[in-house]
Formats: sequence, structure tokens, C-alpha cells
Amino acid sequence: MSGETMSGQEHFDALIAADARVEPRDWMPEGYRKTLVRQISQHAHSEIIGMQPEANWITRAPSLKRKAILMAKVQDEAGHGLYLYSAAETLGTPRDQMTADLIAGKARYSSIFNYPTLTWADMGAIGWLVDGAAICNQVPLCRASYGPYGRAMVRICKEESFHQRQGFEILLELANGTAAQRDMAQDAINRWYAPSLMMFGPPDEDSPNSRQSMAWNIKRFSNDELRSRFVGMIVEQVKVLGLTLPDTDIRYNEETERWEHGPLDWKEFSEVLAGRGPCNSQRLARRREAHEDGAWVREAAAAYAARQAGSVGAGAVSNETGAA
Amino acid sequence: MTGGSTTGDDGSVPVTAGSTAPDSATGGTGTAPTAAGTTAGQAVIPVAAPALAAAWPLWEVFVRSSRGLSHVHAGSLHAPDADMAVRNARDLYTRRNEGVSLWVVPASAIIASDPDAKGRFFESPQGKDYRHATYYTKSEGVKHL
Repeated sequence: MSGETMSGQEHFDALIAADARVEPRDWMPEGYRKTLVRQISQHAHSEIIGMQPEANWITRAPSLKRKAILMAKVQDEAGHGLYLYSAAETLGTPRDQMTADLIAGKARYSSIFNYPTLTWADMGAIGWLVDGAAICNQVPLCRASYGPYGRAMVRICKEESFHQRQGFEILLELANGTAAQRDMAQDAINRWYAPSLMMFGPPDEDSPNSRQSMAWNIKRFSNDELRSRFVGMIVEQVKVLGLTLPDTDIRYNEETERWEHGPLDWKEFSEVLAGRGPCNSQRLARRREAHEDGAWVREAAAAYAARQAGSVGAGAVSNETGAA
Repeated sequence: MTGGSTTGDDGSVPVTAGSTAPDSATGGTGTAPTAAGTTAGQAVIPVAAPALAAAWPLWEVFVRSSRGLSHVHAGSLHAPDADMAVRNARDLYTRRNEGVSLWVVPASAIIASDPDAKGRFFESPQGKDYRHATYYTKSEGVKHL
């Protein structure tokens, strides 16, 4: 078996060296598999938990159009979670296990979703800043070395751009509205700015796993690199809104060719990540409640399927069988 | 060819029952880990582990994006039965007019080639360049050929 393992390692190394994709049934190092399961499932959990801060505003959206848009967006987040859970499952971790870890509070998800959505303008700031940061992070992940992850990310990125634009539009309308609406938009930006920069993860020197992830072609750019790129984008975009970013230290460094920003409160970041953010317990409780309340539906559907199994053949649904 | 429930490449990694299409867009494995160490090529009957007995089965989804094109693998999902799998596939993979037709296939029904047999199984075309038009160079310059 060791000979085969060696050739597996060699085959894997060759794939990575050629910047090719690793597929589910290829041999891969345990560390690679573990890293991917952790990263993809955390990502999936973030999408699922991320539905909550926005769903909070569906009933209070200011118009039917905004309500429909917000529902579509929240539905997309559910979809993104499901694409990602599927990708993680190809690595051998059952979905039920991932769900169990999440509701038991054992799994992590993006700390950003532990902040409250206090006003309607937060829907705008989340779309523009949070989804904007997510896009910056996710576009390079479309080229992640693990095939199923990259393919899921391609699908997700296509849909995220709608999210960011609708958020920007909400802020733009508020910014051009009454003084109170303008203040509301500015306040939302002030509150979401720093947490969205922290979405890229700790500074490079404090991110020990990044190097290995980059060597494996999972990550393509470092946390600070992506954060700097994001700052460069929003510093221009905020001008269109006629609002400001709550950071007077933003500047372009000609030498490093990077955008720099003011200090971020990394202590707060680790506190929130450790479960002591403003909404952690509320988010988890809600997720657990939804899972438990849905148990009878899952059981009923499974019982119905079992009863029908005798009478419904596998071919009965696909009305276009035969050569693809 | 081996059953859809074959194991991973070296048999030393925990693998999943019903692991399937190696080129799945997102999906491709079953829901229950089987004993590690099963040799590749040995059929494993997909069985859910006791703790996950109630888990819904995995389905692979294929979407025809428009008339005239093949159904293409889009991803996978869990559903209790075929009807629900089609409905869920519609909600999950065609929210933006991505398709005019859907197939769902139980992941465990997909028979995949054995990844271990890569060399042996696919080597036959090697050294057979003469199957390609580009092999024939003497006719270069002859029109409409």
C-alpha cells in the first residue's frame, strides 16, 4: 500500500505543480482534505447563518419590490450554502455531520454575521461591503485547486454581483433621500466598514495556515493583499454615494503598490469568532430552532418516500431518459 | 469499470459509500463513511451509517440549458425521493432561467470508471495518432481536404 501512497503523493504533487485540478477520487494528503473540509464547511455555514441578518428585514422592507429582491437574495444565500455543503461532502464528510457541528456550536462561520442589522440601511451596507468583500475573496477561489470547490464558487460568484449591486443601490437611494435617510446610510457604513475589512481574516503575519493553503493552490492571494484590493475599490465607490468611510488613514502606498487603511480591532475579531459577539448566541439558537422545528418535515418526507418506493420506479420522474 | 460505490484511490483514506461521478461539479459522494481500507474496484453496497439512517439520499442534477444542448452536470442535492429531488433541483439550480429541462439521478446509480485504472483504462488511444486528421501531413495544401 505504501507504494501506492507514494504514487498518490507524486500524482497529487504533479497536479498542483501543473496548476491542474484535484478531483474527489484522486489521492490527496490528509492535511489538504482536512483544510478543504474546514474551509468549505465554514464557508457553507456562513452562507446559511448569513441568511438571518437579512431575513430580519424581509417583513419590514420599504416596498414590495425591495421585499421581493431581499427574498431572492436570502434564497441565493441558502443556495450558496447548499452548493458548498455538496462540495464539502465530496471530501467524505456527511452533510448531517456538518449540520450537527454547526448547531452544536462546534463549527465556525464568518464573524461578520454576528453583528446586528439595526436599520434598513444595513441591507445596503451588507450588500455593498459584506458581499463586496466576499466577492473579492471568492473570485480567486473559482481557481481553487479542488475541482468541486472551484465549480461551486463559479456559480456563487455569478450570483453575488447582483447582491452587491442591489446593496449599493439601496445606499445610493438613501444617500439621495432626506437628511435622516442620508444619516442612516452613513451610520450603516460606519458600523459595517471595519467588520467587512476583517472578513479577509487576520493580517498575513498572524495567519499561519495561509502559506500552506497558497502552496496547495487553494488560496491564491494573501489576506492583506485581498483586503488592500478591496479598500482600493470601496474608496472610489463611496465617492459615488457622496458618503465617507470611517477611516482617515486610507492611502495608496506607491512603494508597496497597496492600499493602506487604519488599524483594525483584532481583539474584537477574535472575541466575536470565539462566540462572544453581539449576536452569536441568537444566530445559533435560531439555526438550532429551525433545524429542530423542521425535523418532523424531514421525517415525514422520508417516511412518504419509503412508502412510495415500491410503486414509483426510478425512471418515473425523468421524462427524457436515454442518450444525453 | 467499477461500481458507483468504489473507494478512493489508495484505500487508506476514509471514503464514502455511493461515491460516484469523479467529475461531479459539486457532488459525487454518498452520505455515509464506510470502513477504510476497502480496495479499489471492490463493490461496496451503499449503507447509511446508523447515526445517519434518516439522511436523505444524494442525487446528481443535470441541466439542459437550452434546446439543442446536452444535459450537463450542475451539482448535487439531498432529497427524500425523486419528485422532491426534481423540485429541489429546480429551486437550487435554475433560479435564473438556467435550464429548460432537468435530470436527477440517484448518486448511487452512477457507475464510474476506476480512477486507479487511469493508465490502463485510457491508454489505448496512445500511439494511435493516425486516428486524428492532423496525422496526415502529406496532403497539406490540398484544398477542401
